[in-house]
Amino acid sequence: MKELKDLNFPDDVKYTKDHEWAKKTGELVTIGINDYAQDQLGEIVFVELPEVGDIFSEGDEFGSVESVKAVSEIYIPISGEIVEINQGLEDAPELVNQSCYTDGWLVSIKPSNASEFESLMDKAAYLDMLKG
Amino acid sequence: MRYLPHTQDDIESMLKITGHATVDDLFNCIPDYLKTKQSLDIPESLTEWELNAHMEQLASLNIACKTYKCFIGAGSYDHYIPAIIPYLISRSEFMTAYTPYQPEVSQGTLQGIYEFQTMITELLGMDIATASHYDCGTALAEACLIALRQNKKKSYKIAVSSLVHPSHRQIIQTYIHPAGYEMVEIPYTKEGLTDIAALEKMEGIAGIAIQSPNFFGNIENLKAFKSLSDAKDILFIVSFTEALAYGLLKNPGSLGADLVAGEGQSLGIAKSFGGPGLGLLAGTQKQTRNLPGRLIGKTKDANGADGFVLTLATREQHIRREKASSNICSNNGLNAMTAAMYLSTVGKIGIREIAQQNHDKAEYLKESLMKSGFKSAFSTPFFNEFVMKVPNGYEKKRKALIDKKCIFAGIHLEPYYPELKLHYLFCATETISKSDIDHLAKEVQ
Amino acid sequence: MIQQPGTSGLIFNEPLLWEKSRKGRCAMSLPKQDVDRSVLDTDLTGDAPNLPELSELDVVRHYTRLSQWNFGVDSGMYPLGSCTMKYNPKTNEVQAARQGFASAHPLSGDEFSQGALKLMYNLEQHLAKITGFHAVTLQPAAGAHGEFCGMLMIHAYHAKNGRQRSKIIIPDTAHGTNPASASLCGYESVNIKSGPNGILEPETIAAIMDEDTAGIMITNPNTLGLFEANIKEIADIVHSKGGLVYGDGANMNAIMGIVKPGEIGIDVLHLNLHKTFSTPHGGGGPGSGPVAVGKTLEPFLPIPKVVKELDTYKFITNRPDTIGRIHTFYGHFGIMVRAYAYILSMGAKGLADASKLAVLNANYIKESLRGTLNLPYDKPCMHECVFNDQFQKEYHITTMDMAKRLLDYGFHPPTVYFPLVVEGAFMVEPTETESKEDIDQFIHAVKSIAQEAKDNPEQLKKAPRLTKVTRMDEVLAARKPCLRG
Repeated sequence: MKELKDLNFPDDVKYTKDHEWAKKTGELVTIGINDYAQDQLGEIVFVELPEVGDIFSEGDEFGSVESVKAVSEIYIPISGEIVEINQGLEDAPELVNQSCYTDGWLVSIKPSNASEFESLMDKAAYLDMLKG
Repeated sequence: MRYLPHTQDDIESMLKITGHATVDDLFNCIPDYLKTKQSLDIPESLTEWELNAHMEQLASLNIACKTYKCFIGAGSYDHYIPAIIPYLISRSEFMTAYTPYQPEVSQGTLQGIYEFQTMITELLGMDIATASHYDCGTALAEACLIALRQNKKKSYKIAVSSLVHPSHRQIIQTYIHPAGYEMVEIPYTKEGLTDIAALEKMEGIAGIAIQSPNFFGNIENLKAFKSLSDAKDILFIVSFTEALAYGLLKNPGSLGADLVAGEGQSLGIAKSFGGPGLGLLAGTQKQTRNLPGRLIGKTKDANGADGFVLTLATREQHIRREKASSNICSNNGLNAMTAAMYLSTVGKIGIREIAQQNHDKAEYLKESLMKSGFKSAFSTPFFNEFVMKVPNGYEKKRKALIDKKCIFAGIHLEPYYPELKLHYLFCATETISKSDIDHLAKEVQ
Repeated sequence: MIQQPGTSGLIFNEPLLWEKSRKGRCAMSLPKQDVDRSVLDTDLTGDAPNLPELSELDVVRHYTRLSQWNFGVDSGMYPLGSCTMKYNPKTNEVQAARQGFASAHPLSGDEFSQGALKLMYNLEQHLAKITGFHAVTLQPAAGAHGEFCGMLMIHAYHAKNGRQRSKIIIPDTAHGTNPASASLCGYESVNIKSGPNGILEPETIAAIMDEDTAGIMITNPNTLGLFEANIKEIADIVHSKGGLVYGDGANMNAIMGIVKPGEIGIDVLHLNLHKTFSTPHGGGGPGSGPVAVGKTLEPFLPIPKVVKELDTYKFITNRPDTIGRIHTFYGHFGIMVRAYAYILSMGAKGLADASKLAVLNANYIKESLRGTLNLPYDKPCMHECVFNDQFQKEYHITTMDMAKRLLDYGFHPPTVYFPLVVEGAFMVEPTETESKEDIDQFIHAVKSIAQEAKDNPEQLKKAPRLTKVTRMDEVLAARKPCLRG
């Protein structure tokens, strides 16, 4: 596993305590797992995602990420409706390892409560949390 | 005791290392009040020769002599087992190995089961087959649970044909009841087939399970049930107890089954008083991650050589623990290997010929019994089992045939279907000759 | 210099069955056709399944070569923790293959199956005596199936008492099957930690046991190889709140003739005939998982149940409180024959000696490897002991590396990375059938490997070298599943 300094945390996304990232594009928010999480999980072999149209409340489990010998649930950081899922992950789950902030995104959600996004951590706050 | 290698010297020198005065001291970590005050109340040990005598005496109390003729099936079938099968399966590298968790020294089991999975998918026309289950009944119960959990409409009922093996229906009931699910039985028609019209009217069901050939031996119209399950947008499960039927019949995959649960005992495995048999469980590609139990996949080693490993283990209990869809760990692996040996022995030509002969003999048996005064209960096409209505007083004659001639002729259906008084289920396989049948027909006249 | 069993030899390549197939071959002696062909409607028949076409020697050579790529107990020491890979006596195979057993049809009728029924009845009695319980069912097909059966009985017991409960307590040292079995009954697992000594502390249970908790599932000896010395107190706490105690008897091999689980507060226990009672593991099964119960749960046993009336035996199904049926017929009868033959061969003294020597062997390994491998719970162990790779960390050598290197030395590795409470666990269960010489050889191999970890870590990273294949790409297997040829 990598040292913290070798991990990549872009400035233009928000972070969650469960090591996800969220990025606002217009009305929608794209969600994925961050570099720390993908590094901890190791080589990802399968990603289970919800269906378009599913509705979640903040903190709900919305899917899972699997390595060879572990399954990690993923929790939705903001409430809303799933409008798109990353179908490319079905055949290439390794995209989450290779480019977790771009091609390895998980879902796009239409938030039902705008304030939830604003309350997520920025990079500095997230790094503080990681360092404990 | 010949299985315990320790000499007194060994024990003493080992105790010196562990720092104990006696072997009993090794158990000082157990408080005295938890230790049993009584020694084991079981018999003194037998020599190998005494054991042989005792076991042969017990074995001889079962009516299963060398000349016995088996005209019964109902989930356990008498088929020829070629000599090479017990010979090969007795190889201790197969028999005394554990689950292939260390693939580098388990490629024999792994390739063998991979080939098994492949041949079962070929036999059943399905995409994926698991590395085995306990028996058909438990595999079918797991299939029902998959359908119930997957159902989006939150239906909690599974519709199961009343012509699914009676024991299998009982197992389904045991398995699904504690989770709050319910089984509804689909009645059967006077043709001895599952009543599709009755099923059509059933509401709020999460899946359909049909056995074909059914418990009466009759071949179900699986295609019609597939259309109905599509119309209801639910999973279609097919089960079977006689695997050799699919050497001849259209396979469940080609008729649209989503999940198939079957018994593989017919594939080279001894009846052995009902177990261990071989649970077969197969599904469409879409169901891969919902299937319980082990799966073996092909991959490469660090040098790029082809090899096999247990895979998709994240479905299983040792990783997913309470969230696993099933708790299965040990399966019936050695019997799966036996079935693979059988399928590769009979091959494409042999399985067709044996399956056809089963059907031929059963047809001949049925005709012969009719000539002896039995009545055919149904005129529906069947594979190697069928139902006859017998004359009054047959039960006594049947028992005498077992007692005196070692001939098992028919299973009484009334205990399973109270309305079927005097109805018996008969079976003929390739082990029955024409003269055996002629002999039986004469005996029961 | 101790000579290790591992060496190289001629290993054959062998293709997949269908790659050997040639159209027109058949390895089966096909029965003669002596009745007329009866042709089914073509609407019903399909094409013949596309199975491989081989000669008899093709088949024999195929499986002989495959078998040579496997490691079994008959090949060498197989110290797989929690799996009890003891010697599988050959006479047991002879007994199970007797015509009267192997050819018996399950629906022959009780009066024509007296030998099978008597054997089952006797085996139930012997297992009841060994475990100190009132009654036994032989129906479960494997250990996990037995667990499910036991949990179904606990579930039925609470239902019968008028109020179902929702939770079950499961310690962190439990087998993975425990929580999965409980879930099948709709129970939510409440996971608890064992104490710093590696065993459960009564206070932990007292703090969470309530009247909504169905009971507790305990493995004793636990998966750290330690005896749960507080078992009676824990059982009393659980019972005082109306709960029941489930015992996972997978580790019964440590305590035969020493402790009877039925006497120390456990209400229901499963056994693994393929562990304690010497039946072969078969590369993953078939096993057999009988369940023993006290009087409280006896009415809930699955049907059919074998009973003795005067000198005859029969199956009964009319039991109003039964959980129902869990196997198509009566369970894995062929496995029961082998276990019964084992118990009779061992006798009372032999079984007790087996447990004593199993515990001696484990403690001997534990003391002999002290200082070579780290002992996370350094206490007297039962039939297995758990080490880890703490000492090898500085050389960047893991438990997996050492396990794979053991293969080159000719030993099957121990259980690795289980139990989960120990990081990098290396769990050794020698069993009683390994001799001191074989164990010494194993100890020597582990010490050599620990030395190599310091001197030549690369050699460990590249292990195994002598096997048919080397480390497999499990990521590729899972990402692009190829489950059929």
